Amino acid sequence: MFKGNFIDNLPKIYGTYTGGFIVFIILMAIAEQAGMTAKTIGILFVAFTVCIYALIGYLSRTVQVDAYYVAGRQVPTVFNGMATAADWMSGASFVAMAGGIYFGGYTYMAFLVGWTGGYVLVSSLLAPYLRKFGCYTVPDFIGTRYGGNFARFCAVVVLTLASFTYVTAQINATGTIASRALSIPFELGVWVGLVSILLCSMLGGMRAVTWTQVAQYIVLIIAYLIPVFWISNKSGFGFFPHFMLGEEVARLGALESQFGLVKNAAADIKAAGVPGGLKSISVSHSGVPEGGMAAWKFISLALCMMVGTASLPHILMRYFTTPSVKAARKSVAWSLFFIALLYTSAPMLATLSKISLIDPNLPTGIIGKPIAEIMQIEWVNAWINVKQAFIADFNGDGILQLNEWFMRGDVVVLATPEVAGLPYVISGLVAAGGMAAAMSTADGLILAIANALSHDIYYKIIDPKADVRKRLLVARALLIVIGAAGAYIASMRITSILGAVAWAFDFAMSGLFFPLILGVWWKRATRQGAIAGMIAGLASGTAYLIYVYPKFMGNAPWLGIDHLRFGIIGASVCLVVMVVVSLMTEEPDKATQQMVDEVRVPSGKTILGKQH
Amino acid sequence: MSNKEKHWEKTKGLMIITLIIWFVFGYLIFMFGSDLNTSSFMGYPLAYYMCAQGSIIAFVVLIFWFANRQEKIDEEFGFTEKEDD
Repeated sequence: MFKGNFIDNLPKIYGTYTGGFIVFIILMAIAEQAGMTAKTIGILFVAFTVCIYALIGYLSRTVQVDAYYVAGRQVPTVFNGMATAADWMSGASFVAMAGGIYFGGYTYMAFLVGWTGGYVLVSSLLAPYLRKFGCYTVPDFIGTRYGGNFARFCAVVVLTLASFTYVTAQINATGTIASRALSIPFELGVWVGLVSILLCSMLGGMRAVTWTQVAQYIVLIIAYLIPVFWISNKSGFGFFPHFMLGEEVARLGALESQFGLVKNAAADIKAAGVPGGLKSISVSHSGVPEGGMAAWKFISLALCMMVGTASLPHILMRYFTTPSVKAARKSVAWSLFFIALLYTSAPMLATLSKISLIDPNLPTGIIGKPIAEIMQIEWVNAWINVKQAFIADFNGDGILQLNEWFMRGDVVVLATPEVAGLPYVISGLVAAGGMAAAMSTADGLILAIANALSHDIYYKIIDPKADVRKRLLVARALLIVIGAAGAYIASMRITSILGAVAWAFDFAMSGLFFPLILGVWWKRATRQGAIAGMIAGLASGTAYLIYVYPKFMGNAPWLGIDHLRFGIIGASVCLVVMVVVSLMTEEPDKATQQMVDEVRVPSGKTILGKQH
Repeated sequence: MSNKEKHWEKTKGLMIITLIIWFVFGYLIFMFGSDLNTSSFMGYPLAYYMCAQGSIIAFVVLIFWFANRQEKIDEEFGFTEKEDD
């Protein structure tokens, strides 16, 4: 069926795979009609997809260094775009983003702008140059451009801190989904999730992760788009939601002013016994908060997420795998295209979900109706039972007000298909999609950390004479150790005190952004400057985080720069220190300057050899 | 100025233009969010539309445009990569 080599056959292979997945969905739908239970469907969806990823991981096994670290540098542009999109979109993007918009409205959507705009920086400032450099890891670039093991070591520290902050949240998400779909305890679910993650990456490193991520992207995008389109059509909001929900957004504004947006007092919420993590709608869906401070908060959050995107090693390293510099640039564009398919749908899902619930004229609406009547609805009952939704009749009138309906953000993605009356097969599909999103990101992150430790610390610093077999053995052992550490922390359920996903972006931008871009764009940047910048940036950012985070010191944020935005402090300090120290020290030698000149030219050989 | 230097000058110019457009869609328009929201696009309040779809689409188009322009610059100075590089 497939003649010729693997790369030429990619469109056919993934086309067949997509077709097969759709057939599987149809089979499940038929099985549901035939009376298969919801629980079995959920198990089959998750188990089937995870087995496919494991099979791809096994087939992509390798014993070559460049295949293990950079997938042999032969990943075509469009496929690398899909893999990056899966790498990028985490369990949080998949499950929590629509919920974030549902509760946070316009203010939350700064994340959407931030998590997409960063790719402009990646394509214009970094990706093509790092590809030309020919490095295996991000610290590989820092170590070679600035010279010396200490600079390399600092970059590894920043990379590990940023990526590890992120990865525990991903393993946590795989655990949540696995435990729900397979009906096992959360602690066990975390380890099941970890084993699935390692099956994808252990044997083939970057090569295996690349091809599983493409497969995971296909599953997650199908799982996200089908419900959005189906709900919109079924409930009569228009057959192409992205172009046709304007009226609903406007109506939400009218309903908000009709019901009134009430922010419940913390004491009331506590007295009513609302479970933790559940929220009611208290912020306008599309209204822009007045004033300069609100605008600054929007912009500063977007800035942190954008600069953070351009500094996150698990994203940057995806562009080391393209066949050429030209392909690296194009690949960034494709990545953002594939990301945009989901990101532009999230606000639509939030809108659909919200209008379905709060419009009293719709059959699905619950606000303004008698509570006794609402409690009869099956899905309401089911979600209240698992403490994902809650009703608190504050004014005691027996009618549900907007501020009396509480739910968890995740419910928007997980329950909206049910609310709209879609068959259970869709909920199973959504579980498989969430699993794919969380697994693909976790794989990328664990691999980024393990590769940096095995290549930059073990091979470049500790044992430069190690042979290929030993290097790859160390790399694989580290994968397991890092994965297990992440799973252990996730199973302790302390992620809520570990902080937000946004922290990973802030850590990365504090320590890595300027050393990376100045390494390409400023020849005068010196080793001492880069080292001082990384240390000062990371230290000042972390210090500010401790100073401002409510659970640590909890001081008032300076200029609205709160714990989600501490990267602004870190990166600014990093820039100033790096420039000042660079100018105070002797300019880099001729060889280094020539190397920078070479990086700026797309043609010719890479700076570092094919195998290094 | 050598060929390499001229190529880098043009590359820098393109980078600056790209980042200016990025700044407009990523930041500038959101400084005037409440003013934007008084108008609408396809029925959506404009500021809402821009962060839900508008700016994201603009970024995608911008990166494709940037990649094509940069390829032209590389071609002009003879720095196009050979297939077997």
